[in-house]
Amino acid sequence: MDEALVIAAHGSHLNAESSTPTYDHADTIRATGAFGEVRESFWKEEPSFREALRTVDAEEVYLVPLFISEGYFTEQVIPREFRLEDWDPELWDSDGTSATNATLAAEDTDQTVHYCGPVGTHDSMSDVIVQRAESVTGDPDVGDGFGLAVVGHGTERNENSAKAIQYHADRIRERDRFDEVQSLFMDEDPEVDDVADYFESDDIVVVPLFIADGFHTQEDIPEDMGLTDDYRTGYDVPTTVEGHDIWYAGAVGTEPLMADVVLERAADAGADVSSAIEQVREETGGAKPATGD
Amino acid sequence: MDGEYVDALVATAPDGIAFDDLHVAHESDGYTFQTPDVDHSGIDEETLRTVAAESPYVRNWYFWHATAPQKADRWAFLRWLEGAEQRDVAERYDALADGVSATWGELHLTVTLSDGERAYSVRHRADADVGTSALDTHDDPLDAREIAKHDDDGGYRPLKTAPSLQTGWAFPALSAGEFVTTVDAFYPATIANWHREREGELDVNHWRDTVDRQTGIYGVVKTWDRGDGYEHVNWVAEACCDDSQCLKRREWQYDEETDLGVDGGSGEFPCREPCSLVIAGARQWTKLEGETSQTYEFELTPSEKEQVEAIIDAVADGEAEDIREADIYEGANRYRARFLRAKLFDDEGNLGGVETEQ
Ligand code: SF4
Repeated sequence: MDEALVIAAHGSHLNAESSTPTYDHADTIRATGAFGEVRESFWKEEPSFREALRTVDAEEVYLVPLFISEGYFTEQVIPREFRLEDWDPELWDSDGTSATNATLAAEDTDQTVHYCGPVGTHDSMSDVIVQRAESVTGDPDVGDGFGLAVVGHGTERNENSAKAIQYHADRIRERDRFDEVQSLFMDEDPEVDDVADYFESDDIVVVPLFIADGFHTQEDIPEDMGLTDDYRTGYDVPTTVEGHDIWYAGAVGTEPLMADVVLERAADAGADVSSAIEQVREETGGAKPATGD
Repeated sequence: MDGEYVDALVATAPDGIAFDDLHVAHESDGYTFQTPDVDHSGIDEETLRTVAAESPYVRNWYFWHATAPQKADRWAFLRWLEGAEQRDVAERYDALADGVSATWGELHLTVTLSDGERAYSVRHRADADVGTSALDTHDDPLDAREIAKHDDDGGYRPLKTAPSLQTGWAFPALSAGEFVTTVDAFYPATIANWHREREGELDVNHWRDTVDRQTGIYGVVKTWDRGDGYEHVNWVAEACCDDSQCLKRREWQYDEETDLGVDGGSGEFPCREPCSLVIAGARQWTKLEGETSQTYEFELTPSEKEQVEAIIDAVADGEAEDIREADIYEGANRYRARFLRAKLFDDEGNLGGVETEQ
């Protein structure tokens, strides 16, 4: 039988749009024909993590978490709910941002599951952040004269959450493309509320490292940064705050190039998807040399 | 396309075929070909091809082995739909000519035979008799994901098997593979679990197993179970899993030995463990039920007591919005509720002026 790709995402009981990026990226990958089946699965929606594998015909499955950071969900919840036998986070041999993959058996279906690290800590995620900056400014060469803020939760919920943000901020800084790159957080210093204090550049692109738009990216962050007093009234892109033009990008996970990161994760685990990767990069505007490293 | 099934038959004959009233074999004296209508033996390949070409039994065999999805549960589901275990091929083909329908949750499923090919369709069961031209038609099975997201009023449906599927759409012409994909997009994993149950292999995880597995913010639910009591789980099941709320038939119980005291429902497909909505609800109830009850004193007229009950009933049954504006005979009517609030609440919103914290 063919191989299948199963994407594991959070989903929501309250927000109908939470699943949209997952569906979109799954559709992009489905269209490449790289996998016999592509299946979305959710913690809060259906098919649930518990029952996704049994809906898939393939004996061999690449399981890619559409999550930003490594930690609670990727190391405990997903392996437990998918019933991956003998899972141990050590198998990823990760320092918090360097997860690889592990091949395990699913207890209830006997399928072979290549359990991959989350999209959020894959190196190619840096490209998606940059591409998000290009999308929101409408400038494929954005960088000169611009600062870039990568925004995340902070450590309150998960110690690795901040690590993923810093990891990509560091990588993008090393490329010398933006005048300044800074990681900012919602619940710890440096706080996103003070975005203007952390940059000298007149223009600042703000990219939240979240999978889907929702409460945090659409309400909290825009209000915290002072783009608007009330998220319901909306805000301009850019909006001038304390003399800086803030280009607020919304969740990075909605960027079409995210589909590429899902494929990269599967490719790292042995899936033969190189032509699909090329196709997706071309379609989603990520055709340039990917990472340079 | 025509003849493909004949080539396949000739290629498979040496292995022998015995399926749905069709028997074919290749022996030293030639081929045998038997159906309820004909009985040939010792025929050569050319004759075999001729008889096979016009036999519905061959088309039927080919469909089930080359066209229908081969995954055991999808295959069994398609067989179930056309009543393959109850009817022989001749009867089935007669019935299929007019179309054979079944209900799956709120879905109305139909398979029809035209020009010897099966075609499948899906629509809301409330639209079973509506002309297709009056419905929004779709041909991409994955459109079902979007349709399933919202109810007729535009409200988000977090539970796919809630009986609130929107109406007004149809997938009028699907292949067998597209058809099962569509059903699975509306009701994920129901085909797989239905099949497991039929095979006696449904892996039910009862309340206790499921709650014990929880960690993080849901770990607290473990503390809700104390001693031998499981009345609280009855309440959960009555609140969430009743057929009026969810079309899955609840098969999970308190634990392996202890059945719950409420009915699991009569759905076609089973529920094998408490879902994420139930666990999220249980987390909140665990917190709320940790409070000790207190005695409050209010004065209500008998009609006011009944009105409070009517309001709770209307909300619990999702009927509050259906009560007409001027129907002041209903306790849960908006004006009636506003009158009660005006009379009984103090400025802080305390019922009967009695503070919550005493
Ligand atoms: S736990 Fe109850 S509400 Fe949830 S899917 Fe099962 S039967 Fe439906």
